[in-house]
Amino acid sequence: MSHPDHFALFALPPRFAIDETALESAYKAVQSKVHPDRFAAGTAAERRVAMQWAARANEGYRTLKSPLPRAAYLCERAGVAIGAESNTAMPGPFLVQQMEWREALEDARRSADAKHLAGLANGMAAERSRVIAEIGDAIDRRSDYAAAAKLVRQLMFIEKFGDELRAADEALSHPREASA
Amino acid sequence: MALLQIAEPGESAAPHQHRLAVGIDLGTTNSLVATVRNSIPVVIDDAEGRSLLPSIVRYLADGTVEVGYEAQKHQSLDPRNTVVSVKRFMGRSRADVLHVENMPYDFVDRPDAAPGMLQIRTAAGVKSPVEVSAEILKDLRSRAEEALGGELVGAVVTVPAYFDDAQRQATKDAAKLAGINVLRLLNEPTAAAIAYGLDHSAEGTYAVYDLGGGTFDISVLRLSKGVFEVLSTGGDSALGGDDFDHRLFCWIIERAKLLPLSQQDSRSLMVKARDVKELLSVDPEVRANAVLTTGEVVDVPTTSRDFAHMTQPLVDKTLVACRKALQDAGIKPTDVDGVVMVGGATRMPHVRKAVGTFFGQTPLTNIDPDKVVALGAAMQANLLAGNRAAGDDWLLLDVIPLSLGLETMGGLVERIIPRNSTIPVARAQEFTTFRDGQTAMAIHVVQGERELVADCRSLARFELRGIPPMAAGAARIRVTFTVDADGLLSVAAREMGSGVEAAITVKPTYGLSDDEIARMLQESFGSADEDMRARALREQQVEAQRLLEATVAALAADGDLLSLDERNAIERLVADSSAHLQGTDIAAIRAATEALVAGTDDFAARRMDRSIRAALAGRTIEELAK
Repeated sequence: MSHPDHFALFALPPRFAIDETALESAYKAVQSKVHPDRFAAGTAAERRVAMQWAARANEGYRTLKSPLPRAAYLCERAGVAIGAESNTAMPGPFLVQQMEWREALEDARRSADAKHLAGLANGMAAERSRVIAEIGDAIDRRSDYAAAAKLVRQLMFIEKFGDELRAADEALSHPREASA
Repeated sequence: MALLQIAEPGESAAPHQHRLAVGIDLGTTNSLVATVRNSIPVVIDDAEGRSLLPSIVRYLADGTVEVGYEAQKHQSLDPRNTVVSVKRFMGRSRADVLHVENMPYDFVDRPDAAPGMLQIRTAAGVKSPVEVSAEILKDLRSRAEEALGGELVGAVVTVPAYFDDAQRQATKDAAKLAGINVLRLLNEPTAAAIAYGLDHSAEGTYAVYDLGGGTFDISVLRLSKGVFEVLSTGGDSALGGDDFDHRLFCWIIERAKLLPLSQQDSRSLMVKARDVKELLSVDPEVRANAVLTTGEVVDVPTTSRDFAHMTQPLVDKTLVACRKALQDAGIKPTDVDGVVMVGGATRMPHVRKAVGTFFGQTPLTNIDPDKVVALGAAMQANLLAGNRAAGDDWLLLDVIPLSLGLETMGGLVERIIPRNSTIPVARAQEFTTFRDGQTAMAIHVVQGERELVADCRSLARFELRGIPPMAAGAARIRVTFTVDADGLLSVAAREMGSGVEAAITVKPTYGLSDDEIARMLQESFGSADEDMRARALREQQVEAQRLLEATVAALAADGDLLSLDERNAIERLVADSSAHLQGTDIAAIRAATEALVAGTDDFAARRMDRSIRAALAGRTIEELAK
């Protein structure tokens, strides 16, 4: 018997736009039925199967909770691979913007300019929201998974830049620990 | 003949019966055992009415073992044979342990027999930390069984949230060695959150700051409608109250210009330092005084300001971990609705003050910080043992503290499961061969946050052999990491084309194999007494009978899950088992029972799967039935 996919497990429609409250309560409802703690007195086979279901629920929740893995999952589910390693072609303007961001981050880091960093973070957040909205449009309205996969690859870049921004901010506000 | 009991998978056959279960806090300095009585968690005291058991074990030449207060009395007289703070050694080699040079023990490093863990040579022979911990656990077990008047079904044993896989495995083995059925390893701060949350019907986001004798944990949890969801955890498994004592100890030595010290004086001054630390929580100034074996008199005035100053770096270290945990949870200090203080070391006023300032609120201390972990563990044990009362229902979702990964080319770590992933978790990744005709692949499992293998903790190495020769990059090797609800890891590798497989349960080696543990247990329980033998036979017969009946019932209810061949095979095992049941040969009955368990394992798994799908189908759409 095949396993239900993440959306079916939580009884949610397979869409990018997701009701986060419904997802969370569905996740908790599933866990309360399948978690190994519910079967602590069971046989080894029972506990093993419970663990597999609980792991599946955790994986499903993790995947659907955040926009990036959710979008990637929807593309792959529709037979369109993200192929982040093999497919590195990006639209020109996007690449230019990425390069500008990285230069700005370097400058802010060198000059220890917290204000500049905050400005960058705002710009990044706006761009992230724009790409996420476009992904929603590509998947939910146009069912254009190839376009969505392209945007998912861009979102990966943006999220990675976000991590670097946070690290730079951390190093700036707590310089002693960063060197430890 | 026994009554026929048909139980649904996972349900206790006798739900009305209260099953004896306890929670055990196996601490660095003190250990406790607690249980739930009439729906209220209580700590079980010893015969003298004391709740705490000092985690101290003394080995005597005649084989006697002293545990707790008895051992504590002699610790300064016989430091070599009296092991304190053994928790610091669990799953650790000599090189891993801080201040090892100040310790009075005769350490044995045996990289051949016990590469994973140091050992201590005592008057009663070489002991591993697992054995020492088992002595503490045995003491608590008999205390509980006497107080509750029966054998325990099992125990929830707590571990620091920041314990890695080796430390968890060592703890579980110690419990096994003490004859305890481990219902679950539970993270200490999570246990505290349960005790606190259920007691106060708390909702919202909580931080648990747990500074014990030898370990520090910080966990961030969300409590809502009976679900305890750990968002993140952090800490340091080698930072605790002991380190505060050690700072003070060094300070006293420096002030009194004492050096070198005998082992005996060293131990008494350590004990003195601890006393002074505890007094400083109440008085602003305390004199550290002692008379050494040399006749030298030590008298060092110490103020709480001195003490706060010399230990500030330790407190700062805990706050760094707090900030990282909040960051991992994606929240700010002001988002925290309450901060729960756990562990005796949180009694230090300057620690409370620093935590209060960091979180911008007064920390909660209304449950005894020494007892709260054991109480929470008792509640979880009660739930797992199936003593759930109606409405008294809650669920725990915990995380792993450290990332798990594999070594790849160039000594780099490929992360498979990131830290703070909710457990249980299973994740797979595909790898390939890098040489033409490569038939084996070495798999090196590591734990930690760093990029380089050399900076992470090595957990296990194994090899996948028998890969059919192919061009480089053609093989598809799928490596699956599974972390169970105890936070314990197992790893499996499979070449997808040929199906060759290899798997390993990650386990530290310390000179005791599973077989040896089983043998030692047998020796301690299986005295060749006639009564015992008769009892063992009866128990084996009852067990075999129960299993037979359950199997017959399962065949009737879910026989459609089996092919004709599969059904015939199980029926043969049933017939074989029934035949042996009439006899008096314990070994034969046990063998037949074990064969029946093994032969029906897959069937049991399929029934369980069906039962879970049915339970979920109540609310999910028809895709489940596919």
